[in-house]
Amino acid sequence: MMRFLIPLVVFVVLVGFLWKGLALDPSEVPTPLLNKPAPAFKLQELQNASQTLSPANLRGKVWLLNVWASWCVSCREEHPVLLRYSRSGEVPIYGLNYKDTRDDALRWLQQFGNPYVANGFDTDGQVGIDYGVYGVPETYVIDRQGVIRHKHIGPITDAVWQDEIMPIVRKLKG
Amino acid sequence: MIPEIGHFALIVALCMALVQGTLPLVGAARGIPRWMALARPVAQGQFVFVVISYACLTYAFIHSDFSVLYVAEHSNSALPLIYRIAGVWGGHEGSLLLWILMLSIWMLAVTVFSRHLPEEMVARVLGVMGLVSVGFLCFIIFTSDPFQRLLPAAPDGQDLNPLLQDPGLAIHPPMLYMGYVGFSVAFAFAIAALLGGKLDATWARWSRPWTTVAWMFLTCGIALGSWWSYYVLGWGGWWFWDPVENASFMPWLVGTALIHSLAVTEKRGSFKSWTVLLAIFAFSLSLLGTFLVRSGVLTSVHSFASDPKRGLFILIFLVIVVGSSLMLYAWRAPKVGLGGSFAMVSRESLLLANNVLFTTAAATVLLGTLAPLFVDALVAVGVLGPTNKISVGAPYFNLVFVPIMFFAVFLMAVGPIAKWKKANVPEMAARLKWGGVTSVVIAVIMPFLLGHWSWLVSLGILMAFWIIFAVAQGMWERLQRTRSDRSWLGRLAGLPKSFLGMQLAHLGVAVFILGVTVIGGYEVGKDVRMNIGDTVEVGGYTFRFDGVMSVPGPNYQASRGIIKVFKDGVPLEELHPEKRVYRVQRQPMTNAAIDSGLFRHLFVALGEPVGNGSWSVRVYYKPLVSWIWLGCVMMALGGLLAISDRRYRTLARKQRELLKSGADLDVPPTTPKPALTRAEAKP
Repeated sequence: MMRFLIPLVVFVVLVGFLWKGLALDPSEVPTPLLNKPAPAFKLQELQNASQTLSPANLRGKVWLLNVWASWCVSCREEHPVLLRYSRSGEVPIYGLNYKDTRDDALRWLQQFGNPYVANGFDTDGQVGIDYGVYGVPETYVIDRQGVIRHKHIGPITDAVWQDEIMPIVRKLKG
Repeated sequence: MIPEIGHFALIVALCMALVQGTLPLVGAARGIPRWMALARPVAQGQFVFVVISYACLTYAFIHSDFSVLYVAEHSNSALPLIYRIAGVWGGHEGSLLLWILMLSIWMLAVTVFSRHLPEEMVARVLGVMGLVSVGFLCFIIFTSDPFQRLLPAAPDGQDLNPLLQDPGLAIHPPMLYMGYVGFSVAFAFAIAALLGGKLDATWARWSRPWTTVAWMFLTCGIALGSWWSYYVLGWGGWWFWDPVENASFMPWLVGTALIHSLAVTEKRGSFKSWTVLLAIFAFSLSLLGTFLVRSGVLTSVHSFASDPKRGLFILIFLVIVVGSSLMLYAWRAPKVGLGGSFAMVSRESLLLANNVLFTTAAATVLLGTLAPLFVDALVAVGVLGPTNKISVGAPYFNLVFVPIMFFAVFLMAVGPIAKWKKANVPEMAARLKWGGVTSVVIAVIMPFLLGHWSWLVSLGILMAFWIIFAVAQGMWERLQRTRSDRSWLGRLAGLPKSFLGMQLAHLGVAVFILGVTVIGGYEVGKDVRMNIGDTVEVGGYTFRFDGVMSVPGPNYQASRGIIKVFKDGVPLEELHPEKRVYRVQRQPMTNAAIDSGLFRHLFVALGEPVGNGSWSVRVYYKPLVSWIWLGCVMMALGGLLAISDRRYRTLARKQRELLKSGADLDVPPTTPKPALTRAEAKP
């Protein structure tokens, strides 16, 4: 008798998670790193392996760190938005190319255009783990002191850019 | 006025669904023939009103009635007619209406093709489907009304998402939904059997063709979706492990297990409770898929409209449907007998292993798809620390999914030649010996002939040929046993259709694997900057860039590249890849140009202009890529062959005669009549 109850029990557990998940907006989960210094890293640049990218060198400016990968479908959705706003020059966008191969990533940028000032090539995902990345795309707003001020999970849309990211960027720029 | 009629028709349909979901079920439980007899006419009436409602929404789209909010959000006066018709399912509300339309089509089909079934069974099946329909009609009427007015009307619409303006997408959702929703029939049969307390071979035989048809539609739907993402989403990937893709893939995996499990239940009477559970799972996963896509708990490129409030509704609905089914299962299944016994190695045990593998595969996909959600929830309740984040993408799925499928494919070749009840291992090994040796030899040699050797390619080729040889062996043995006075073709046609269907579907898997393997190993692609007259060579073909011209489309402006393809200096083809900017949504779209052949695709896409008339161009040589979809088509055709098997028709006729003669059908035989399974039961 008991073994026939197993599916029901599994289902109840699943519903518990779904219920909890519904209450959480996936794009509004607070990051534990919020208002903490952005974890340091030193990564090869995607397009130029002899150069490196490090947050330490970006002190003094407000910038966005956008985590992306060529295998990520949602990244494709946000890409035109990033491209459009990167041209406005309001805030520099740096990329963290996450768990990707260099060939695929370069091909992707060539195919869809490149909104990034530079990209860190995080092929084994170590930096992503430091930042608590658990789904791509994600975007961090980092201030002049190198502190993470905001995190957006999921693709950036026009609305997200204008109503969520830019107000914070403008405030940080003062 | 028309939209109001559509809305009203939905309400009438809901009322009919309420009747359909209650009276026939009570009638079947209490033995009231007049209540049971209501099931058919009410289901047919519901179909009529859902069609009216659907037609009204389509009318509003065709006539660009922007006083309807949904139309204003998903259409535009410049949108071509075909996409105005397909635009009906371009957003949440319309997709839901399409879902309901599909459900009512399936109910109508049940009313038409169930004349050979006992009244009680029909009443229960339609009653359960009626309840499902009540849930979805409430959902659309109370949370997602597609007929909501927009006053004052918008001057023009916001246009359909450009990603969806594609012929592939015009047929992909209807196919997919037809499959998704089709599992509701298998589900309803399972619940009806549990309610009636008679879970036996007869039940399996009745629900088998329905399950196969639903599975065929789902196979085609997924293949079309993959084809669409291949040439619309980007640079020629055909599967992205996106949550929405996974949502359709999980029911397919469980549905595949269900088809095989039903075969055992029908032939041998075994696995009854397991089969019922699979039928419940298959439909539950369809519902879960709807929840995931529509609730917004997971972000995905496909979730064009998602809303947490709607998510709550579907979650409650999911809990009611799946929870009550599983409770019913826990209550009734223990009383179900075990059916025929079988040895450790037998066709039953091999099919059981197949079921376990497919279910495991579905579970890993589910786990991967929901992983972000699980972690979020655990972090939120404090079980996990906030640093315990994980990431799940294509790498995870490839890592866990491929090994599972490797074992499934291995068994796929062994299963069909194994005997029921007890198989003789040395004898089977002897039969598969040559096929096995030959496929290993081919797997070692062929990669060299194709270019370069790699483990993954070799493994893929091994799997494909292992299946091909096993299929050939099975066919050969069968043909040898047929009457030898007929021609080979005549003998082939004389084989049971269900046997041929199985072999064709299995061969489809081999073709699919070959496609995936060869494209993975030997695809050649180049990114080049090309000026007018420049040439590039890829995969033995020469591509000449002849410039880009500006071409206005109905609702977009396109830059159309002209690329001439030569093979050994001989002109072959002119390709026209486009870069489109849709006027309303300002979204750039890359429309690749593909020269498709059976053995290779030439895939050309325009990148960005890089000045002086130069463009960045992507050129691909994709060997065997079309075999991926060819394999899927073969699988679906295999299903079609299987349901055309004569025994289903003779069975239906016999049942009808029995019903007419007033015979008592309450005690159907637990083991099928020998005459019906003669062909299958032979070793």
